[in-house]
Parts: sequence; structure tokens; C-alpha cells
Amino acid sequence: MLDTIGVERIEDLFDEIPESLRNASIEAVAPGMTEMEVTRLMRGRAAQDEQPACFIGAGAYDHHVPAAVWELTTRGEFYSAYTPYQAEASQGTLQLIYEFQTMMSELTGLYAANASLYDGATALAEAVLMAVRANRKAKSKRVLMPRTVHPHYRRVVESIVANQGIELVEAPLDDTVGRIDPEALGRFEDEPFAAVVIPQPNFFGALEEVDRLTDWAHGLNALTIAVCNPVSLAVLTPPGEWGTKGADIACGEGQPLGIPLSSGGPYFGFMTTRKEHVRQLPGRIVGRTVDADGRTGYTLTLQAREQHIRRSKATSNICTNQGLMVTAATIHMALLGAEGLGRVAAVSHERTRELVQKLTAIDGVERLFDGPFFHEVPLRIPAPAEEVLPRLAEKGVLGGYNLTHDFPEWGPTLLVCATETRTSEEIERFARALEETVGQTGQRARA
Amino acid sequence: MTEESEAVLIYDISREGRRAYAQAPSESPSAESIPRRFRRQTPPQLPEVSELETVRHYTRLSQKNFAIDTHFYPLGSCTMKYNPRGANRLAMLPQFLERHPLAPDETGQGFLACIHELQQDLAVITGMQDVTLSVMAGAQGEFAGVAMIRAYHEARGDSERTEIIVPDAAHGTNPATATMCGYKVREIPTGSDGDVDMEAFKAAVGPQTAGIMLTNPSTVGVFERRIEEIAAIVHDAGGLLYYDGANLNAILGKARPGDMGFDVIHMNLHKTFSTPHGGGGPGAGAVGVSERLLPYLPIPRVTREGDRYRWLTETDCPQSIGRLCTFNGNSGVLLRAYAYVRMLGREGMPRVAEYSTLNANYLMKRLQEEGFTVAYPDRRASHEFIVSLKHEAKELGANVMDFAKRLLDLGYHAPTTYFPLLVPEALLIEPTETESKHELDGFVEAMVRIREEARENIDMVKGAPYRLPVRRLDDVKAARELDLRWQQAS
Repeated sequence: MLDTIGVERIEDLFDEIPESLRNASIEAVAPGMTEMEVTRLMRGRAAQDEQPACFIGAGAYDHHVPAAVWELTTRGEFYSAYTPYQAEASQGTLQLIYEFQTMMSELTGLYAANASLYDGATALAEAVLMAVRANRKAKSKRVLMPRTVHPHYRRVVESIVANQGIELVEAPLDDTVGRIDPEALGRFEDEPFAAVVIPQPNFFGALEEVDRLTDWAHGLNALTIAVCNPVSLAVLTPPGEWGTKGADIACGEGQPLGIPLSSGGPYFGFMTTRKEHVRQLPGRIVGRTVDADGRTGYTLTLQAREQHIRRSKATSNICTNQGLMVTAATIHMALLGAEGLGRVAAVSHERTRELVQKLTAIDGVERLFDGPFFHEVPLRIPAPAEEVLPRLAEKGVLGGYNLTHDFPEWGPTLLVCATETRTSEEIERFARALEETVGQTGQRARA
Repeated sequence: MTEESEAVLIYDISREGRRAYAQAPSESPSAESIPRRFRRQTPPQLPEVSELETVRHYTRLSQKNFAIDTHFYPLGSCTMKYNPRGANRLAMLPQFLERHPLAPDETGQGFLACIHELQQDLAVITGMQDVTLSVMAGAQGEFAGVAMIRAYHEARGDSERTEIIVPDAAHGTNPATATMCGYKVREIPTGSDGDVDMEAFKAAVGPQTAGIMLTNPSTVGVFERRIEEIAAIVHDAGGLLYYDGANLNAILGKARPGDMGFDVIHMNLHKTFSTPHGGGGPGAGAVGVSERLLPYLPIPRVTREGDRYRWLTETDCPQSIGRLCTFNGNSGVLLRAYAYVRMLGREGMPRVAEYSTLNANYLMKRLQEEGFTVAYPDRRASHEFIVSLKHEAKELGANVMDFAKRLLDLGYHAPTTYFPLLVPEALLIEPTETESKHELDGFVEAMVRIREEARENIDMVKGAPYRLPVRRLDDVKAARELDLRWQQAS
């Protein structure tokens, strides 16, 4: 090969790099390992990380993932392909995305879905940017962002839209029921909004009065952005049917659809919208068409929105998305169907009811809000959460998400969640552990 | 074509009432404790299929894909090299998969140790001060980088800088990102030798310059020889340098962006560090910075205190540009990259650069010998190079798209087509280090054969492909008569 090229040594191929730069020092990187050695290393690491029973939700949910989902997803033909730019050689991925778009359209009740964004928070950021683009006639770059949206989502949206002149206006929550108070929104009617964000269920698991909120937003000529848990949509009203006209954009975290928790990713963000806004969607979209013989085929479409064509005028800078996660989610939804997904949602709701009942039987543990919920509930506890959680962990329970950091005004509060994977025994264990823990810390506090 | 290869949708297989019983919960409680006004009145139309039907359908779909595991995939700028199976298996160990992102750090010390070591190794490999891994992909890495450049200038009260310089050959994500960060894009041309046009570059730099975004080796497949001079000029003008790591594979372990003078870089772990491309993603866009941008790194990242690892958050990093993802990045991708880095080790890194460069230069020379036009014949190829098919297009009527589609028939995924835009009829070819000479020779033969076919029967070439599940698709129809989802026949 060197002879063909006409050089003596491989090193000669680097002779255009200035000599001063050809002294990369990477001695601090460890020497290479065989597959056996790295297996031993990483198995050892994994063995340190045995997980207690998890009652944390807060944006990522422990659902059962059927074995077939990842057996199929990690087939080399899905796993090691890239973006389907050569459509004829990528019909597998393209048709799968078309099926995914159909399923997301069905869940959200809106016509057009894209082929994924990075995760729930970045999907919301992209939805905010999209709504401002799609609603130029509002002559406003203000977006109403309720405090009932996941705090991480709100921070990510801030980081991403900060330099684009978009103003995020915080809407307060009614802290008797843990949701946006539609009555209190009157004071926001003075200045126009491009969009209003409505979470369902919201960060606290509570159900928002989505019909009233959607109609209120539309009355102000603002677009509505729904932020949803896709599993909940098997039982809850789809955004496309909210209020009189339905929401304009739906987005959210796709993780509950067959994606393992795996310390936070990779997950995927989803986004759907009405047909009239499809040209403002960010990311890749697959369309059905025909080939030269008139046979059905699938291809990337409306690419003139994207960065590789439009460059500085693109709808988003996104290129690589979360394609493999979409593969898993599509197979997951096919396996479960509407009946299976509905069962997952309903059983999760039941388990959470059971959990709340058991935990609130403990002295000093009570619900923070009293409205309807999906599968997550904030509980007030009689001892600081940062002391209680480690003790629960010692007893084999991850006892929820500590809300004190983001909502200090409520005192010690845990956001707890139970999905269909939590058993009654585990719920019992959590209740016993919490009773012992708050009993002890309560006694210490009194002593 | 047999009937089986027709595009049967999972919805076509669906039959009312059919289910995969063992995969869903056995209980079926009513959701009536949720008030009726919140509940949907009709269920979503999802497929109703058995487990076997699902497995068979998606197995068949997978077989309609080209992938690295099935075909040579020399997609320029994408680094389609072999993704080690071992890395996949290790990232999918149950304890890693089962851990909730908000679980206490104590339950993830094994995971956090891997992430911390990866941060450190990537900092060493690129010559940067520190690295964060909580960035989802290359484009988001670019966003993080340019947002940090902005934060740096603003912290110094330097608010007159309104422009980011971007070469015309850059990836589309570069100008799109600069716009997202509120900057104007100043495009500069590429010189006839493939390097940045120095005169145009010098004229573009000034007090309005916030920074420059460069890929080195560049998207035309050559190393930017005057990079140190460029860095000095930008720094003297008060601007900063952003390194787009799309082509890091070409210099891995040989030359470091930090030594070249870059202030901030992103790496595409799904390219250089061999994590899978997954039909479009997920990737991971590790971001590294020099000392002066350290305070602005996005959160979270992992730190080590004694023998304990923990996440650094807003409280630890008050000047951070903030959070760019819900939790902490594409952890599973990071674990795959970690396994890859451990397996390669320090002695394996330069070998990646050497063999990817050897393969590219060999393939370039072979194609040149066969009479194809190389865009920059007087330059060394990096890990990729451009062939221009302008003569074939003019004399034979076979353009880049025709070659690309016919290559698919002959069992080769097409290289990147029509990019970069400044070279007419461009094929950007990146063979990667994991391909054998035999495979490269086969590709050359295929290119020669297609040219012969074009001489003999241009219509045949323009009609390709013939051996794939579909022939050339009508993109115009797809865009004009939008059909984005299945509808039940009425």
C-alpha cells in the first residue's frame, strides 16, 4: 500500500502537519486492554452499582422492557447504520421511522411527528423555538413557562434560547392542588405571548386543567405546547383534543417507551404538531412516496428545513438524533399495543395509589397537594429529605426525589413514584423503612 | 421483486384483539380513579400483533438496511468504522441499565468512575484542560462551545463582538449553531490548495470577531497547515478558536487540538470513539476547554474527591452556561466509548490515525491511477478525500447521484455526496482504519465498472439501483404530497 502511495513509511503521510504539532503526548492514557480484561474491569465497576428498589420518577421511569425490544434493536443492521441519506439502502430504518411517526401521531392526536430530538428537555427547548417561528403574527417572543414544568427542563430551555431574544415568563402554581391555577392567569393577559407551555401530567404528577388552559392560550392568540409523558397518553386525553381546538405542538421524553434508565441516557425527545406547522418542525421527517416502478417506498423529506441545506437559516442545528432509541420505542409500542400500554399506565397509577396510601399512614407523612394525579405524588415528611434518603437507601429503597433543592418553601418533601415494576412487597418495604427512619430522626429531633 | 419484499407496514399485519400477552402486565385495573375529564375517550390506534409477528416484521425491516456490519460504508465525515460488540455488551450490563439518573451518587460509583476516567482521557488525547460529557451530540457540542465563547466575552464586558467566522466548506451545523447563539456568520472561502484563503481570512478578522469555527483536518480532507498562524491572528484580535472534532479520527494520538491553539472543542464519540450510529443517533458530543473557558463548561460533569466520585452542578459552577440535557448526557454511549478507549489504550490511538490515513491515501491513489479526478491532488489525504466526478458528469452524463445509486447495486454504501458544496460533483470518501485492502480494492473496481457501464449504457446507470428493496425514489412527490403517517383505509 505504501508503494502504491509512493512513500516509505506511514509517518510520511503526516508530513503536512507542522513538526511542532507532531509530538502529541498521551502517555497519561493507560495501555490497551483485551476484551477479556476490559470485561473484567467493567463488570467489577458494575458490581459496585447494585440498585435498590427505585421509587424515583422525576422524568425517567422504571418500566418493564420486553426482551425482544433490545434483541432486535441491537441487530447490526439497525445498530451500525447511519442516517438514511441513501434511501434505497435504508428502507428498514425509514419505514420504521414512518411507523414511529404514526404511533406518536396516534398517542398525541397531532398529525406530524419528527424522527426524534435528544431528550425531553431539549425537545421542549426546540418546541419553544418552533412556536416563536410559527407564530410570527403574535409579534411577541414571550413564552409562558409554568413552574409546574420539570425544573431541569426549564433550565435547559433557558440555556438554549437565552441568546435568541426569547423571554420566558414564569407562571405560578396553585400550591393546594399542585397545578397551574387557571384563575390566576388573568394578570398575564396584558402583553401578547407567542406560546404557552402546558405540562400533562406536570412535574409533580398532578393533572392540569388542560382544556381550560388551552382555550385560554388560544384566546390570546398564543400557540400551546403540550409536554407529555407518552405512557400516560394511553389513558389521558391526547394534546390534539385539548380544549376546543387542541394543542398546537406536543413534545416530551420518550424514555418510558422501552428505553432503560441507564443513568440518564441515551433517551429520546419526541415532537408532533398539526399539519399546518410541519414546515417549522426541527429534525428529520420521513415521508411515503413511490419508486421508479411505482412501488411504495420511504424517504427523508422536507429537508430544506435542515442545517445541511439551509445552514445559518435552518429550523435547528440538530443533525445526529436518537435514532436507535426510536427503533426500540417503535418495537416496544408494537409489542404492547394500546391495550398493553394502557395497562402499564393504569397499573402504574394503581401502584402509586397503593404507595401513597401506605406512606401517608405514617405519622407526619402527608400529601402536599390533594388534586388528581397520574403516577407520581409529592409527600411532606417530618424530617429533612437529605437525611432520610440515605437511610432509606441503606434499607434497600430509593425513596423518591428530594424536592427541597428546587422548592425550598415547602420544607422536607419527597416526590415519589411507583410504576408497574414495583411490587406490593417493595411498597411495604418502603413504608416500613420510612416509618423506622422518620421515627428515629423524629425522636432525635425531640431529644 | 417478490411480494414479500413489498413495504408491508406493522399496521398491515395488525388484527383486532391480537396481543403479545406475556409482554404487558397481567392485571388490567380501570383508570377510573382518574377523573373522566382527563381521560381519553378512544384508545390510540397502535398495532395489534403477536410477539412473533413483531420479531419477524422488524427482523425483515432490518434486512433492508445497509450497515457497517453488512457493507463497506465509506460515508465521508461520518467515520463509519466497526463498532466493537464488546463495548455494546459491557454498556448493557444490568447494573448500568437499571440505575436511575437521579439515584444518589453512592449507588453509581462504578459508573461515575468510568465517566471520570473518560473525561480525563479525552482531555489528555485532545490537549485540553477538562472535558464534560453531558452534551448529546456534535451539534450540541458546537452550541455549548459557541455559548461558552459568548459567556467568556460577556464576562469581560466585551460586548462588541458580533461575528463568528466559518469557512465555506464547514458542516451546516457550524453556521446553524452560530445563529442559534445569536451571532452573525461571516463565511470565508477555501483557497485552491484546500487550506483557508489567508487573505480573505485576515480581512475577516477584527474587533467584531467573537471567534472562528474550524475543522482540522478540514472537510475537504486536508490538514490546515497554517493553523498556528491562524490561531495567533484570532487570539491577537481578541477572538477564540472552536475546533469541530468531526475529523479527529485522522490525527488521534498524533496531534492535539489544544497544541494547535484551540480554546474549545467537541468530539463526536460516535465517530472517533466508535460508538454506534444507530440509524441516525444517538451520538455523544464530549466538549473540552482550555483553562480560560473552564468556568463556563456546561453542567453536570464528574469530579473525584478522594476515592469518591460525584456530579458537579450549578452550585459548584456558578458561571456555567448551564444545563443542556435533562440529566447527564447519553450515558450508555459514554460507557461504549469508555470500553473502546480502554481497549485501544495509548498505543492504539496513533494506530487509528495511521491506518485511517493509510487507507485514505491508498484509496485516493488507486482511484487517481484509474483516471478519476481528485479534488486536491497535490495534497496528502487525511482520513478522507474528495473525488470530483465533473468529467464523468460532463462527458458520460453520469453524475454523483448515478454513481452513488449504482454503487449500492454493487454492494457498497455510497460515500457522502455533493458535500462539501464548493467542489463540483463531490464524493467525500472516508474508508476508516477498520477496512482491509481487499475491501478498498473492491471499491475501486466498482467505481471503474460503473464508469464503463456509463460509457456503454448510460440509461442503465441512471436507472440504478436495481437490486435493492426499492428503485430510485420520487423525492418531489414525497415533499409535495406529504404523507407522514399511515391512515386506516376507509
